[in-house]
Amino acid sequence: MQAIIRIKRFNPEADRRPYWAEYEVPVDPFDRVLDALHYIKANLDGSLALRRSCAHGICGSDAMVINGRNRLACKVLIKDLGPRITVEPLRGLPVIKDLVVDMEPFFQKYRQVMPWLVPDDPPPPQERRQTPEERARYEDTTKCILCAVCTTACPIFWGTGEFLGPAALVAAHRFIFDSRDRAAQQRLQILADRSGVFRCRTVFNCTEACPQGIEITKAIQELKQAIILSRT
Amino acid sequence: MAVHEFDAVIVGAGGAGLYAAMELSRQADLRVAVISKLYPTRSHTGAAQGGIGAALGNMEEDHWEWHMFDTVKGGDYLVDQDAAEILAREAIETVYDLEHLGLPFDRTPDGRIAQRRFGGHTHHFGQGPVRRACHAADRTGHMILQTLYQQCLRQNVRFFNEFQVLDLLLEDGVACGVVAWEILTGELHTFHARAVMFATGGWGRIYKVTSNAHTLTGDGAAICWRRGIPLEDMEFYQFHPTGIYRLGILMSEAARGEGAVLRNRHGERFMERYSPTLLDLAPRDIIARAMITEIREGRGIDGKDYLHLDFTHLPRQVLEEKLPDITSFARIYLGIDPLRQPVPVQPTAHYAMGGIPTDVWGRVVVDEKNTVLPGLYAAGECACVSVHGANRLGTNSLVDILVFGRRAGRDMVRYLREAERVSLRRNPDRDAREQVERLLRSEGKEKVAALRQELAEAMMEYCGIFRDGAGLQKMLGILGDLRERYRRIRLDDRGRVFNQDLLEAWELGCLLDVAEATVRSALNRTESRGAHMREDYPDRDDENWLKHTLLYRNSDGTFAFRYKPVVITRFQPQARTY
Ligand SMILES: Cc1cc2nc3c(=O)[nH]c(=O)nc-3n(C[C@H](O)[C@H](O)[C@H](O)COP(=O)(O)OP(=O)(O)OC[C@H]3O[C@@H](n4cnc5c(N)ncnc54)[C@H](O)[C@@H]3O)c2cc1C
Ligand code: SF4
Ligand code: FES
Repeated sequence: MQAIIRIKRFNPEADRRPYWAEYEVPVDPFDRVLDALHYIKANLDGSLALRRSCAHGICGSDAMVINGRNRLACKVLIKDLGPRITVEPLRGLPVIKDLVVDMEPFFQKYRQVMPWLVPDDPPPPQERRQTPEERARYEDTTKCILCAVCTTACPIFWGTGEFLGPAALVAAHRFIFDSRDRAAQQRLQILADRSGVFRCRTVFNCTEACPQGIEITKAIQELKQAIILSRT
Repeated sequence: MAVHEFDAVIVGAGGAGLYAAMELSRQADLRVAVISKLYPTRSHTGAAQGGIGAALGNMEEDHWEWHMFDTVKGGDYLVDQDAAEILAREAIETVYDLEHLGLPFDRTPDGRIAQRRFGGHTHHFGQGPVRRACHAADRTGHMILQTLYQQCLRQNVRFFNEFQVLDLLLEDGVACGVVAWEILTGELHTFHARAVMFATGGWGRIYKVTSNAHTLTGDGAAICWRRGIPLEDMEFYQFHPTGIYRLGILMSEAARGEGAVLRNRHGERFMERYSPTLLDLAPRDIIARAMITEIREGRGIDGKDYLHLDFTHLPRQVLEEKLPDITSFARIYLGIDPLRQPVPVQPTAHYAMGGIPTDVWGRVVVDEKNTVLPGLYAAGECACVSVHGANRLGTNSLVDILVFGRRAGRDMVRYLREAERVSLRRNPDRDAREQVERLLRSEGKEKVAALRQELAEAMMEYCGIFRDGAGLQKMLGILGDLRERYRRIRLDDRGRVFNQDLLEAWELGCLLDVAEATVRSALNRTESRGAHMREDYPDRDDENWLKHTLLYRNSDGTFAFRYKPVVITRFQPQARTY
């Protein structure tokens, strides 16, 4: 079958402002949107720019807005979209070229929440013990692939560049609820700040969009509760 | 031209590069940079699913000697046993190390690291399968990559993300830096350093059906080869038995470790005929050949070129808790629920056993006497230590990247304590600039994507699981033709900012080089061993071929072979049956 792919394009070396380009692409219903974009690059216009690597939803490179929703181009099939598809860069981050946005502001937020284990030292000679229940406590938030789908789907993040955004909160959750970690209080303080969790208005955009199926809003609620508990 | 001064630069931010960076960054006075063409968390280590092997003995009795034996036998005795011993011993402390750094392993009821079965891993030197693979669901690589990246952030490692390294700088036989293209701006940067490490991963993209990312194009191996460094054992390329039909996306061996089985069109569990002891958990080369044999003899599903991976007898809980990702791959990409329906699979190009030759400290060596090239290191899939010999066992790559990434990092610290700074010549980026300009200006008609595809299809046909002299000869001809056409490409994008068209064209040059090294080495080795199966020489030939291949490309464009003896310490070569 044929699909019409409309792409919002912008080349900073040639264009004053973004414009829409339309491509007709032969597709199989089970093709990924990424396959269609590759077809365009290979056969119609090699100058189209997008990030991608793994092609099966693992590396988090190819987040973009597809038919109005934030998705990974390699994890959505043509058959689920129909023959007319629009593709745009993520919102809320500066566009560099075509579908490529500047990820630095995103990773900067991530770094702010101390996304690393701060354990008791020194470690035992073998593994630290952690029960399956303790492990399950933070399982969901370990799945994050830092694709930025959630953060760039969040209206609060669009509204103010200050908000840490869901992905950074997910990272904080992953460590705060890990029984081996000792820096929960420090992280909670960072999150209690003006730019942190209380900016979240529970819009659920993030949870609906997350390609890893992480229950982000729930994680954020747990963080809010932890802060309130630590204050009393 | 921007010039950066560092003590050490590491090219690649997968498991191998990040582990080395972590070791180096513990030294406060050393300036270390990690250069990566991808954001570190996009590296393909994140795709590794099933597990990391270490004889912890948490579930049942296990010993590092058994792990070492399995590694040697799995590699069809081409493994260097001094290196395999290090791998098996240090795997244990490395896994504990990862746990201490925060890796969220799955746990046993009493809180220890959980382990499962994997192909070719046995107890009592081959008696039966053992639970040795430590895992975090089927996302073990993701957890490793995240954990190491997080610790590097904690230690303030300096990252140059989305910088593509194009060239290695050597002066008087000493490594002194690299040249990289900043993808965002199209500017060339020279990194001047006293030590350089390559950790650029594999090159599955020389094949059409592959589990490897689009970006795995063999850059590091090709760059070193162009600078006169040999490539070792390139004929040994592993096909993983269970890639999703046509897509190549991996269904981890953990699936079979948890009880899934392979079936042919008659529903028969055909591995019973090929490997009576280990069945579906035989090493990959053996299963992949069995599958192709089934297909050739007409027992593929509907007579086609695929088989079934059957999970339908497994409890729902196993799929959802232990294999959640691969379950969802089947649902998303095939619309198949593996609880109800078997998954169509075919062998998929997966792992390069060969690569840049190194010693057990990750130091690059340039000949059969293990002469070290001062200041140059390599680890991970791009390197060849050799712990995998002719065929890697599942879970041993993650061990390899961490154990030898760490060792390389440690040895670089030692080396940097004494090494002098070598000065750069004038215009060190001249060769890299020429490469780029040539591609940008090329005025032909050929399309890079078409050449890439033709290469990958031909390699699949003539240099895949089964090979013979005539096919390999033919492939050399095809390579010559592709090279000729590569000189006549035309880019659509001639700008600077995020010019992927250019970088993919440059990567095609690397793919052609590593494919050439693979084909020449395969043609040269007239025996069958591990993953290298010559139909015209079907037997292993220890008398003539118990040795490593070193293939050089001379500056005049000719090629030369040399051979390196295999290090044998504990286990004498035996017939390899499972
Ligand atoms: C789907 C899949 C599943 C796997 N499962 C397992 C498993 O369960 N157990 C196991 O042991 N092994 C497994 N493997 C194998 C293992 O994951 C890889 O061999 C290993 O992760 C490679 O790590 P690395 O550090 O060498 O390279 P990679 O993680 O591939 O990283 C390469 C790095 O080099 C950079 N790079 C490359 N070229 C350049 C350049 N020109 N300039 C700058 N940077 C560059 C990239 O940006 C990247 O950061 C699996 C592999 C795949 C594909
Ligand atoms: S939480 Fe989900 S959507 Fe957000 S960055 Fe992580 S994987 Fe992407
Ligand atoms: S390309 Fe890796 S997530 Fe899509």
